[in-house]
Amino acid sequence: MREFHLKTPIKDEDIADIRIGDIVYLDGIIVTCRDVAHRRVVEEKRPLPVDVRGKAILHAGPIVRQKEDGSYEMVAVGPTTSSRMEKFEEQFVKETGVKLIVGKGGMGPGTERACKNYKALHLVYPAGNAVYAATKVERIIDAQWKDLGMPETLWVNQVRDFGPLIVSIDTNGDNLFEKNKVEFNRRKEEKIKEISKQVSFIK
Amino acid sequence: MSTLTYEYEPKTLSPQATKLRDMLVSYMKIVSRRLPDDVSKKLVELSKIEVDPLQELVYSTMKENQMLAEKLKRPSCQDTGVVQFFLKVGSNFPLLAELNDILTDTVVQVTKEAPLRHNAVQTFDEFNTGLNIGKGVPNIITEIDGDSDKLDMYVYLAGGGCSLPGIAKVLMPGEGYEGIVRFVMDQMTSYGINACPPLLVGIGVANSVEMAAMNSKLALMRRVDSVSPNANAAKMERLFEDGINYIGLGPQGLGGKKSVMGVNIVNTARHPSTIGVGLSLGCWSHRRGRIILDKDLNYELPLNKGVEL
Repeated sequence: MREFHLKTPIKDEDIADIRIGDIVYLDGIIVTCRDVAHRRVVEEKRPLPVDVRGKAILHAGPIVRQKEDGSYEMVAVGPTTSSRMEKFEEQFVKETGVKLIVGKGGMGPGTERACKNYKALHLVYPAGNAVYAATKVERIIDAQWKDLGMPETLWVNQVRDFGPLIVSIDTNGDNLFEKNKVEFNRRKEEKIKEISKQVSFIK
Repeated sequence: MSTLTYEYEPKTLSPQATKLRDMLVSYMKIVSRRLPDDVSKKLVELSKIEVDPLQELVYSTMKENQMLAEKLKRPSCQDTGVVQFFLKVGSNFPLLAELNDILTDTVVQVTKEAPLRHNAVQTFDEFNTGLNIGKGVPNIITEIDGDSDKLDMYVYLAGGGCSLPGIAKVLMPGEGYEGIVRFVMDQMTSYGINACPPLLVGIGVANSVEMAAMNSKLALMRRVDSVSPNANAAKMERLFEDGINYIGLGPQGLGGKKSVMGVNIVNTARHPSTIGVGLSLGCWSHRRGRIILDKDLNYELPLNKGVEL
C-alpha cells in the first residue's frame, strides 16, 4: 500500500507507476459526474460543458447548499456505485480525456480498456463518509447542467488532500475488485454447499 | 431546461399535528447524522477485527466522518435516500387521520433544514421534484395495531447504493431452503460488494414476491444483533452470517475478515406451491430510527440512548 499525492492537471507519467491497491490523495479539480451526464455525453453526443481533460470526475450526487450571496457550499459528498456508469465509461474517457475516475465499488472491462488505452485510473473513496470528503472541498467553482437537479448537476470542486482514494483499476488495466471477486466467488461456492446441507427444513 | 414542476400544497395541520411534525423533523436530522446504537456498537467491534492497513484506513475514515457529521450537524452520508416510514399505529392514536400529511410535511421540512438530498425523481416524466417528495414518496407503510392509542414508527434513510441490490423471487418448493441459500449468496458477491459493506442483510420468506420483499425490508428494522424467534430461521441467520463473512468482502468490498454487521430473517407463512424470498441490504451507514409515541406525544427513542428532541 503505497501513498501518492496528485495534482491536476495530471499527465500520463504522473500515474504510470501507480498500481491497484495504492492510495492517492488529490489536489485540484474534481467534477461530480454520474448517470445522466454520462448518457448525455455518450448517447446524446452532447459535449460535457466542463473541461475535465487531465482532471478528475467523481461518481457522486452531493448535498449542496446555496448561500444567500448565491454561492454554493458543499455539505456532504461521497461516491455512488460506479458500475452504473460502466456502460458509458470507455467512450466517456476517450471523449473527455479525464485522468481519474473516482467512485464506489468496481468497474468492468470497458473501463479497464479505457484506463489502459487512454492512461487513466479508477479509484474508490470509502463511501458513506460524505462529511469527511466535504471538508476537503475548498470551494465549488462552477455548476453546470443544473437542470438535472441537485444529485446530477456537474459540481466543479476545488479540493485539497481529497482522499483516501484506493486505486481499483490502474493504467495496465489491472482490476482490484475483479481480482478479489475470483476469490470471493470461490469461497461463496464452498459455503453454499456447506450451508445447503443444513437447511433441509422441507421433509 | 426541464419545465416540469411538482405541486405541493401543505395541508393545514392541527396544533398537536404541528407539534408531532416538529418533533419528527428534529429526530430525522439526528437520524441523518448519527447511527443507531446497535449499529455504532457493531462497527466498533468489527473495526477491532480488521487490522490490515487498508481496512484500518477505511474504518478510521468512517469513525472520523461520524464525528465530523455530529460536530458540523450535517447528514453523515450524502445519499439520504427516499425516506421510508414503517408504522404500527393503534386506531385510538389521536393523530391517525393526519399521519400521512404530517409525515409528508416532515420530509419537506427536514429536507430544507438538515439539508437532505433531493431524491424524488418522478417516473416517466423523469424530473427531480426538488422537494424530496413525489408520487408515493415518502413511502408510508402502515400496520394497524388494534385499538391502542400509540404510534411505533421506524424511519429509514436508505441510499441508492444499498437499495440497488434488492431482489425478490418466487421459488418452487422443490428448490427448498437450499434455493434461498444460493439466491442470497449469489447476490452478495455480485451486488453486495458495492452496497457499502459491512452490511446488514435482510431476508424475507413468504408466499409471494411483494410479501417476501416487504419482509426483507422489515428485517432491516430489527437490531443488527437480534435473533429470529423461530429456531430454524435463527439457525439460518447464523449460517448466513458465518457464510457471508467467510466470503471476506471486508469494509467497502476491498477484502477483509468480515462482510456483515448481521443477518436478519423475517418470515410469514407460504403457499404450498411457492417459496417467496426477498433480499434487502443495509449499508454500514444504516440510518434507521425508531420513535414510540403515546397519545400525548410523550416519546421514547429506543435506538438512541441519551438523545432528546
